[in-house]
Amino acid sequence: MKTKSRGKKKPAALDRDHALHLLRSMIRIRSLEDKCAELYSAMKIRGFLHLYDGEEAVAVGVLEALTPEDAIVATYREHGHALIRGVSAGCILAEMYGKQEGCSRGRGGSMHLFDDRRRFYGGNAIVGGGLPIAVGLALADKMQNHSRVTCCFFGDGAVAEGEFHESMNLASLWKLPVLFVCENNLYAMGTALRYSESVTELTRKAAGYDVTAEAVDGMDVLAVEAAAKNAAAAVRAGEGPCFLECRTYRFRAHSMFDPELYRAKAEVEEWKKRCPIETFAQKLKNEGLLAEGDREAIEREAAREISEAVAFAEACTWEPLEDLTRFVMSERRTA
Amino acid sequence: MSDRAGSMQKLTYRDAVRDALRDALRKDDRVFLMGEDVGRYGGCFAVSKGLLDEFGPERVRDTPLSESGFVGAGIGAALGGMRPVVEVMTVNFSLLALDQIVNNAATYLHMSGGLFNVPIVIRMATGGGRQLAAQHSRSLEGWYAHIPGIRVLSPATVEDARGMLWTALEDPDPVLIFENAGLYNMEGLIPEDAGPVDIDYARVRRSGRDVTVISYSASLIKSLEAAEILSKEGIEAEVIDLRTLRPLDEKTFLQSVARTHRALIVDEGWRSGSISAEISARIMEGAFYELDGPVERLCSAEVPMPYAKHLEDAALPQVDKIVDMVRKMVGTNG
Amino acid sequence: MAEFRMPSLGSDMVEGTLLEWRVKPGDRVRRRDVIAVVDTDKAAIEIEVFEDGIVEVLLVQPGQKIPVGTVMAVIRTEGAGIPEAGTAGAVLPERPPVEAVPERPMAGEQVPPPAAPAPLQPSASAAAERIKASPYARRLATEHSVDLRILEGTGPQGSICAADVQRALEAAAQLPPEEAPGLSLAVLPPGVAEERRAPAPPVAEKPAAADAMRRAIAAAVTRSNREIPHYYLQTRIDMSRTLRWLEAENLKRSIKERLLPVVPLIKAVASALQDVPELNGYWIDDRHQPQEAVNIGFAISLRQGGLIAPAILGADLMSMDDLMEALRDLITRARTGRLRSSEMTDATITVTNLGDLGVETVYGVIYPPQVALVGFGKTTEQPWAENGMLGVRPVLTATLAADHRATDGRRGAQFLDALNRHLQEPSKL
Repeated sequence: MKTKSRGKKKPAALDRDHALHLLRSMIRIRSLEDKCAELYSAMKIRGFLHLYDGEEAVAVGVLEALTPEDAIVATYREHGHALIRGVSAGCILAEMYGKQEGCSRGRGGSMHLFDDRRRFYGGNAIVGGGLPIAVGLALADKMQNHSRVTCCFFGDGAVAEGEFHESMNLASLWKLPVLFVCENNLYAMGTALRYSESVTELTRKAAGYDVTAEAVDGMDVLAVEAAAKNAAAAVRAGEGPCFLECRTYRFRAHSMFDPELYRAKAEVEEWKKRCPIETFAQKLKNEGLLAEGDREAIEREAAREISEAVAFAEACTWEPLEDLTRFVMSERRTA
Repeated sequence: MSDRAGSMQKLTYRDAVRDALRDALRKDDRVFLMGEDVGRYGGCFAVSKGLLDEFGPERVRDTPLSESGFVGAGIGAALGGMRPVVEVMTVNFSLLALDQIVNNAATYLHMSGGLFNVPIVIRMATGGGRQLAAQHSRSLEGWYAHIPGIRVLSPATVEDARGMLWTALEDPDPVLIFENAGLYNMEGLIPEDAGPVDIDYARVRRSGRDVTVISYSASLIKSLEAAEILSKEGIEAEVIDLRTLRPLDEKTFLQSVARTHRALIVDEGWRSGSISAEISARIMEGAFYELDGPVERLCSAEVPMPYAKHLEDAALPQVDKIVDMVRKMVGTNG
Repeated sequence: MAEFRMPSLGSDMVEGTLLEWRVKPGDRVRRRDVIAVVDTDKAAIEIEVFEDGIVEVLLVQPGQKIPVGTVMAVIRTEGAGIPEAGTAGAVLPERPPVEAVPERPMAGEQVPPPAAPAPLQPSASAAAERIKASPYARRLATEHSVDLRILEGTGPQGSICAADVQRALEAAAQLPPEEAPGLSLAVLPPGVAEERRAPAPPVAEKPAAADAMRRAIAAAVTRSNREIPHYYLQTRIDMSRTLRWLEAENLKRSIKERLLPVVPLIKAVASALQDVPELNGYWIDDRHQPQEAVNIGFAISLRQGGLIAPAILGADLMSMDDLMEALRDLITRARTGRLRSSEMTDATITVTNLGDLGVETVYGVIYPPQVALVGFGKTTEQPWAENGMLGVRPVLTATLAADHRATDGRRGAQFLDALNRHLQEPSKL
């Protein structure tokens, strides 16, 4: 079994700029998500809206391990990933507004953020459906001798899908450069892992396909970053796929509103004590890396970014109805 | 024709598909073939026999029985710059890959607002008539033709089997090619240098004044046979090969119906909610005032395909049924 | 209690617009009274009631367009009690529209009386009412002005298909030129077994109506030519006695009451039909059905084009003056679109007079299901030998077009002979 076969490298000494960068990234995500919730209530955003509050350390930590050439295949809870990947908050919000300046021209909405220049392959809203695509992207890279990583995010629910198993098998069989990142927030919508899986230790599933697997505290951005960097390096080195389970928790409902009958308030409160932003900020304070006013400045900056993004989205335009049937088939017939 | 006779070649539909694959693999490094038993086995229908030797296991890639996995991988590879030809052994197994075909291949371009097209070709065998019973005899190409975002081809001739693949590979969008397994042994005469053909238009395979028979794939062959029989009785059927089920080239069959004023659709799929229903509706919409009688359909009986030969024969559209139907349509009017 | 419904005035009529009520609730009505005026696609038609009784309630307002079969009024018949029908509005037919054609007073008709319709399924009724024709056949028929009502379908489920229309067109193309449409024909086919009576437009108010009329004419002549084995007889008639008599008669009359020369001609036809009654009637259901009533359809050309042949009902019973009055009334109403439905449908023979247009001889096309048509040409001065003496006389050519299935040439000849005799004794007419 390859689980944790490489063992943890001790994270390098934390540099203040990098630390503030990680904190800022998580706060930017949180600010965006808070604004999304507000805009949803104001009916500016419709459809399903899955917020990432509580899980910020995963996207932020993992994306630190990727280069611009790498590809990302994400899920429908992907605002944070898109934002950290470099998609502007304005384009993300415009997308959720349904405006044509949105990153998917308003065709996708919250669940389908795309960006070709950043190799951001969605925004996939069928649980498990993105995994084979990531396998294919990696296959293309391998066949074209690109040393790129395809990073595929999915939730704990996806491990029940056949596509998870097929993808683990294919990626391992063909030694493909895929970094599988399972964002295990303990619930597939409202069903806890223990009610849906005979084996709840997810790394064992990946290991069953001879995929190097590691579980990490998904509430700890540094731990996620370190593990992701290790895994990405192995993948990039041609050692085949890696599986990284990030144990995390979402603070909000599955989608915008659900009655949360499936989990106790106390449980949520308990997890909130482990908020990746607060714990990381505290750590930085403890280590003297976060000066007086730093946090406030970051918050202010994030607030300004988001409020500018809202203004941008508001000012964006609706795609004309004449365009309704565009983007079904390519407008240029030669690939 | 006669001056070109020297440059004609006789080959089977299977050979034509293989030639097309070989041609594509030679022409473009980005092209690779992937699917169950395409390599070492030589293809379930021996279509890819010999290709592994020529192109190696990277480009003629055997896959596990993971239809969703390898079809999705094909989509990903297409997104990643390759030109995959994914072979799903038969349409029956493609149901295991429906998520990837319908939810991903067909939607990526649209969901991404035009950013990500998926230049994948997915081939699969289709059709009944070989006593393979319910789970191996489906004709679901019309079902796929329901889905916006994919192109659905159904080559019925050796020429199309040879020529459609390359054009499909050049297409920026997902193309599904349905090869009726009953046609693989069919022989045809095509030019030695037969090359790509269009994948946009239906073809009038036989001209006639009395009735338009609209069909595709194996049913087209039966329709042409029926037309010859009818011709001896003085009934001239115009036989149209749809070739592309999506997007439908309705102009060709509407123009034909405007000439013959009668239409019969022959389709191996079931009639309820089928491509034949769609064509019938298009005729109502586009050629209603040309009709001199109701649009008729010959489809498969609405049963899962039975094993017993006499039952299976009865379930499928057959030449004699086509002949009878046309006689009825033309005769009672004559 | 009886329901007065929007009648079907042609098998292709699916709806009509009420133009006017001629009665109000409480009015006593008698069978044959005109109680409403209805606009069809073709013309305004006066609609008769088929009951004796009292108008209980009017359910439709003038201006309303309603489907055929819709109850328009409730008539309390003698002995009936309080109405049961709702009064909130038009009642849509929940059973086949009552046979909407005006009464068929003549023997041999098979239409059930309106008051007692057989309860049928609505679908059955719809099937009975609607012409089944393929869309292509309909298009062809429209393009070539063929009336589908006269065609027999040979297509699926008895529908009319393109081949049926083409056959009719080919048949029409074989008409001799002198029988080209517009010469002598009657427009309106009286009821035939397989279809309802179909009044053609009495007035062409707009191009569409004119087209419709042309189509109706085309349909009628096409069918006539296809179905009726015509034979033609012609005779020259010395008109000097009749014209002298007419001149003398007209001297006795005020200008308004003067008789037109055609009046004695019509009267003579009516009288000759007493001698040869076989020519007065119909050929329906492969059966010759002579009629007792002599209703002479008189071809009237309309200013807007087309023509129409409404019937002078009971012409045999009329005096010359009655005939003149009836004719004047008929022409006036024909040209203003106020003909009665029975006048449109009940002609038993047709007279066409083209003499005033300079035509010498009329070869008519019988209007089905009638069995004869009498044509009159221009009266001209011609050399005339009589009793070994040659003189100049006003001479009229009278022709008879007759249905050979119903009569043969001998009876036809007897008819022309009788016609001649009557015109030689005008005072006895």
